[in-house]
Amino acid sequence: MEMFTSVLAAAVRSGTPLLFAALGEIITERSGVLNLGLEGLMLIGAITGFVGAYTFHNVYLAFLLAVLVGGAFAFIHAFMSITLRVNQVVSGLALTMLGMGISGMIGRKYIGEVIPRFSEIPLPYLSNIPIIGKAFFNHDILVYLSYILTIFLFYFIFRTKAGMALRAVGEEPSAADSLGINVFLVRYLATVIGGAITAAGGAYLSLAYTSMWIENMSAGRGWIAIALVIFAAWGPFKAMIGSYLFGGVMAIQLRLQAGGKVSVSANLLMMLPYVVTLLAMVLFSFSKTFRQRIGAPSALGIPYSREEKT
Amino acid sequence: MYKIKVEKRLEIPRYFPVLIPLFSITISLILMGITIWATTGKFSNALEAYKEMFSWPFIPEYGLSDTIQKMIPLMLTGLGLTIVFRMRIWNIGAEGQLYLGAMATTWGALFFLKDFQSPLVVPILLILGTMAGALWGAIPGVLKAFLNLDEIVATLMLNYIAYYWVNYLIYGPWKDPHGYNFPLTAMFPEHTWLPNMGDTGIHLGIFIAFGMVVIVYILMNKTRWGFDLKVIGDNEKAAKYAGINTKKNIIFAMMLSGALAGLAGAIQMLGVQHRLQHGFSPGYGYTGIIIAWLSRLNPWATILVSFLFGGLIVGSEQLQIIMRIPISLINALQGIILFSLLASETIFRYRIRIVKR
Repeated sequence: MEMFTSVLAAAVRSGTPLLFAALGEIITERSGVLNLGLEGLMLIGAITGFVGAYTFHNVYLAFLLAVLVGGAFAFIHAFMSITLRVNQVVSGLALTMLGMGISGMIGRKYIGEVIPRFSEIPLPYLSNIPIIGKAFFNHDILVYLSYILTIFLFYFIFRTKAGMALRAVGEEPSAADSLGINVFLVRYLATVIGGAITAAGGAYLSLAYTSMWIENMSAGRGWIAIALVIFAAWGPFKAMIGSYLFGGVMAIQLRLQAGGKVSVSANLLMMLPYVVTLLAMVLFSFSKTFRQRIGAPSALGIPYSREEKT
Repeated sequence: MYKIKVEKRLEIPRYFPVLIPLFSITISLILMGITIWATTGKFSNALEAYKEMFSWPFIPEYGLSDTIQKMIPLMLTGLGLTIVFRMRIWNIGAEGQLYLGAMATTWGALFFLKDFQSPLVVPILLILGTMAGALWGAIPGVLKAFLNLDEIVATLMLNYIAYYWVNYLIYGPWKDPHGYNFPLTAMFPEHTWLPNMGDTGIHLGIFIAFGMVVIVYILMNKTRWGFDLKVIGDNEKAAKYAGINTKKNIIFAMMLSGALAGLAGAIQMLGVQHRLQHGFSPGYGYTGIIIAWLSRLNPWATILVSFLFGGLIVGSEQLQIIMRIPISLINALQGIILFSLLASETIFRYRIRIVKR
């Protein structure tokens, strides 16, 4: 049981960056904007968080900075895809390249440096619950923030008027427009806020998960998060479950590597999360709901223009 | 009274396909200069960086052969991507397909055909790499065609898998026993090398790459099949009604695109590296995406664009050596080029006129 709890706790820890990124993308995609730049945004968040903590010795300030800078970078994608109405796939790829490049350039100086990190705060009472207490309520504050965010987003998207407007814009922008909803504003907000939340996932990597900067430290998590959003049918709670499942795979892989008990090469183990993502996509695709993408916003990836009706 | 009016152009001028890419490269180079100026605090550093960037990679005695060496894989991956991008299939997996090509060729050169002394060995090895790339491209193609699986995520996952697979081999079973524990394989036997042209430092792969440009051009623009691909890209439903087998075409196009990337990996092994080693590709597959896009999916244009990008890569490597500017600069530069290309494509669709009220 002890073992089970510790694996579960590790799954939550390595699932949290995925969860932040997936939640961010859910907001963005719900408004009808496809942002494939998650990988770049996470790297921007990670490096900003690192440099912030290195300079100010304050992890909270560093995290805030990372979120703000992430939002600023997502704004580029918003401007490209909402105002200029360019191809969103290519714009997202450009954002990823930009994020990789800039974070790599800035981070060069900081390789090998160590910064203060968010420490674990066991929640009173809750962390004493057998089995799940230690697994879910003995973490740093960012993990708790991700719980709150998941619950809030679920409530916001499905239970509030503003959430309804968000969904309407993603499903049927021209109808939303005729009801007086500002389609452009909603999409801008969703893309920038979504990008900021994604960057928070990156900041988690450098400020809590490790306390180092490693070039390309997101290691494909941004792309896995994009797959997660599809598995989760654009729902926050399903994204949470998915993130912890994938986090579990990553945690087990690390544990096997560190334990040295299995005689499998580290490189083969490192393949595991990507193989699992691909296999999960294949398995999921045998279900009809997944194949027909039920839950996908109808206007996903389609720019809205008042002059040109599509 | 006069007023400024923004209106849509009725037709796109003929010089635009050339002007827009040049414009976006210029913008990103200006931004690069500003960044170097801002980070180092000296304007003269930016000027020096420009001087290096535009001279070294293009001077025959210095970097030109290096530029052409890098141009070959860029051209091939870019060409492969023009095929699928026309169908609006987003193959982001050229990097992995290139890795698989390199891997298969290495296997052939070091193990399978080690003792096979024949002039045929180089072509066979090239075909081996091409087939491996095609196979790696076929996986997401089949998944896309039959299960409607998102090809972007699938190809990316396959990139990571290919990367760790190659790492596994060069850190493990294929590691050179005399390589001082470095992650690389033994040198290929010399009869498997792709010969250089005289002492130019440029190997024969350049002719293969040019040949592929012609083949892809004919396939895409002069055959029924190329037309079918465009129809599928523009309107999949219409293509179905017209009796075009979309499933078969998606798989075939993905295989072709993977084959060209695999060929790029094979040529890189036999012509340049002569061994498989860690980090042998500075992201040729990802840069290929930009090559295809900047060429506006025109096979002929890939020649010029990949030459330019070969120069950019060599130039930024040079900047790293002499000015200690991190090599990630090239990634940032590519991102900015792509952004400004996308933006100017839209902005130039409009024009500003001053009209009498």
